[in-house]
Amino acid sequence: MNSSVEYTKKQLPKKLSQVGIALLILGLVLSVAAYILEPVRSAFNNAIMLMFLSSIGVGSLFFVALEYLGGAVWSTPFRRISEFLAAVLLILPIVVLPLLFNLHDLFHWTHLDVVESDKILSGKSGYLNASFFIIRTVAFYAIWILFFVLITRNSYKQDLSGDQKLTAKNIKLSAIFMPLFAITVTFSAIDWLMSLEPHWFSTIFGVYYFSGTVLAGLAAVTFIVVVLNENGYLAKGIIKDHYYSLGALLFAFTNFWAYIAFSQFLLIWYANLPEETVWFLQRWEGSWIAVSLALLLIRFLIPYFGLLSQPSKMNPKRLKTISIVILFAHFLDLYWLIMPTYSRDGFVFGWIEIGFLILTVGLLITVFILRSKNTNMIAIGDPKLKRGLNFRM
Amino acid sequence: MSDKKLFGFTAIFDTPDEIIHAAKSVAGKGYKKFDVNTPYPVHGMDDAMKLPPSKLGYASLVFGLSGTLAAVLLMFWMSAVDYQIVIGGKPFFSFPAYVPVIFEVTVLSAAIATVLTMLIVYFKFPNISHPLHETEYMKKVSLDKYGVCIQADDTLFNEEEVKLFLSEIGGKEIKPIYFDDEEISAVKTVFEPKFIGLLIAVALIVSGTVYFSLNKLMFMTPFNWMMSQEKGIVQEKNNFFADGFGMRKPVEGTISRGEFPYQYKGDPETAGRLLKNPLLPSEVNFNLGKAKFDIYCSPCHGYFGEGDSRLNGQFPNPPSLHSEKASNWSDGRIYHIITEGQNIMPSHARQLSREERWAVVLYIRALQRSLNAKESDLE
Repeated sequence: MNSSVEYTKKQLPKKLSQVGIALLILGLVLSVAAYILEPVRSAFNNAIMLMFLSSIGVGSLFFVALEYLGGAVWSTPFRRISEFLAAVLLILPIVVLPLLFNLHDLFHWTHLDVVESDKILSGKSGYLNASFFIIRTVAFYAIWILFFVLITRNSYKQDLSGDQKLTAKNIKLSAIFMPLFAITVTFSAIDWLMSLEPHWFSTIFGVYYFSGTVLAGLAAVTFIVVVLNENGYLAKGIIKDHYYSLGALLFAFTNFWAYIAFSQFLLIWYANLPEETVWFLQRWEGSWIAVSLALLLIRFLIPYFGLLSQPSKMNPKRLKTISIVILFAHFLDLYWLIMPTYSRDGFVFGWIEIGFLILTVGLLITVFILRSKNTNMIAIGDPKLKRGLNFRM
Repeated sequence: MSDKKLFGFTAIFDTPDEIIHAAKSVAGKGYKKFDVNTPYPVHGMDDAMKLPPSKLGYASLVFGLSGTLAAVLLMFWMSAVDYQIVIGGKPFFSFPAYVPVIFEVTVLSAAIATVLTMLIVYFKFPNISHPLHETEYMKKVSLDKYGVCIQADDTLFNEEEVKLFLSEIGGKEIKPIYFDDEEISAVKTVFEPKFIGLLIAVALIVSGTVYFSLNKLMFMTPFNWMMSQEKGIVQEKNNFFADGFGMRKPVEGTISRGEFPYQYKGDPETAGRLLKNPLLPSEVNFNLGKAKFDIYCSPCHGYFGEGDSRLNGQFPNPPSLHSEKASNWSDGRIYHIITEGQNIMPSHARQLSREERWAVVLYIRALQRSLNAKESDLE
């Protein structure tokens, strides 16, 4: 126990949980209605929601594991926030359920008659077939949830006992989780995003989704930490040095995303092979060009220039704005990856998309509130906590 | 001692906490020209010393952006203006291809400029000495101690006060540091002949090595093996065959693929009687004929077949293709001339395929008709 750390548990305001529940119910109603009226379009939106939530969940878990592995102290005071966010992983099996019944609408390669007459698809059918696909999905979620449960359970236990051995245990768990994380994230991106266009392939695609995943996890934790800290829900001592580190990571991963996205584009653009360029052409024709340019602007240019200078990385207001921009950009990115398969002629955005977006936000808020209800907002038993609070650049 | 110029007073501290406290006190007292020396970066030191944010970032920004601009201009000038080459069917100015170069140049120029600015502006390069160098104090703070040095050129500096103050805040081994006379009068070492000579020697060795390896070494055995490979090269001596020729004749009684032997060698009359133009007078064929005519025939016969090319007068004049003789020749007769040549005109069978020769015949017919057009042609 860290007696020297000032912290008293404060419950999140009731209003927030009411808002969360309201959004959840509204989103549920809208998305159920959408499934009844336009099942195919809803399935695609459901896929966006699934990938968005799994990004936040597994990205946060990655951040937690990274802290343990790197022995970082600066992020210890708000590691619990990432742990709460990673709890989104627990609802993924529910979110994915409607999709497993609608694989036929999403994936071209599930149509066996098409695969038979298509030489390329029948060559890939050893990997891209419905049963193996479901096995993989279940296995990935099982791995994520397993490590989420193991790591957070140790962390919660430490709140009570202050046992330092639990940190050592979590370091070991994180070391096992990291390579598994790399593999599972890569393959889930290939399965759920790349195989929407089963003829198309890009070897860097897994890294592309990884960059977005980490960015989403980071943006979510940054926004929540700044808001909670400003309202005194966290321990005293989280100051601009912590903000700066979060801002610098956001900035770094924004650049990383741009680097990877451009690497993918440059090679395909330069080689100019029809089977590869078709994917980008699809996103460059009709009104999709607007989404592509918006992605460049919202995902890269705004966060880049918004966080470029040193003071802006410590400015709480700027951090809040930019992390919301980045979260929205991640949604837009997934929309850009998934939706062109549904509407090839131009982008569609209507009440169905908004409904699923509301559901996503509602789920996030509700999960966060449920998780944080009976747990401390900071890991008060962690031996690194005090050093973390005293962290200076 | 007294004639030496005082640089400042140093004090030693034992722990990082003490040095943070000391830095805070010194800054709090109002001293501006002081420095803290530690064996490793101590977190929170900037705040304790009340240092303003470093201005070095602006140098990085300015030079980085200059690098961006320079790279854009460089790539634009090279590939879109000065030396246009079509690469992969892309436009001359294709921005995505420049991005890697722009990115690298930006990073490189920002990094180099930052280091150079730091050296020249902050460390006063080429000055490479400092009064604290080679002192007991520096040895200790490079190892396991932490030190503060208050400089004599600070406006608040007063020898007795500073001594007292340093011991008050817990400093040990408070010592004065003097400027080294030799150091003050010394020639800047970077301008020493020895150093300049070294630079020149390094430049010569590096450039010599590069020149030797790229222009000489690569042409010596065994590095030149890629260039002298054991293979048959046309028009070169080849010991593999008994007659020593690299080129072979086709086996007797055979023709190579796609080749079609000409049946009427040296027999223009028969050729003119029996050969018929297999091509239809279509737009495609006329265009093909015009293209080939403009390339191979027009240099002598002129673009309109009137024998008025710029070679007129320098050789036996090429004949007009509009003469009565030429007009009355059959298609096959003209085809024969293109294939075999006539008088000074060489054979064009190598340059033009059979189809192209017939297309040229078509075009010549069109040229002839153009001077003797009939009323019905206008319809």
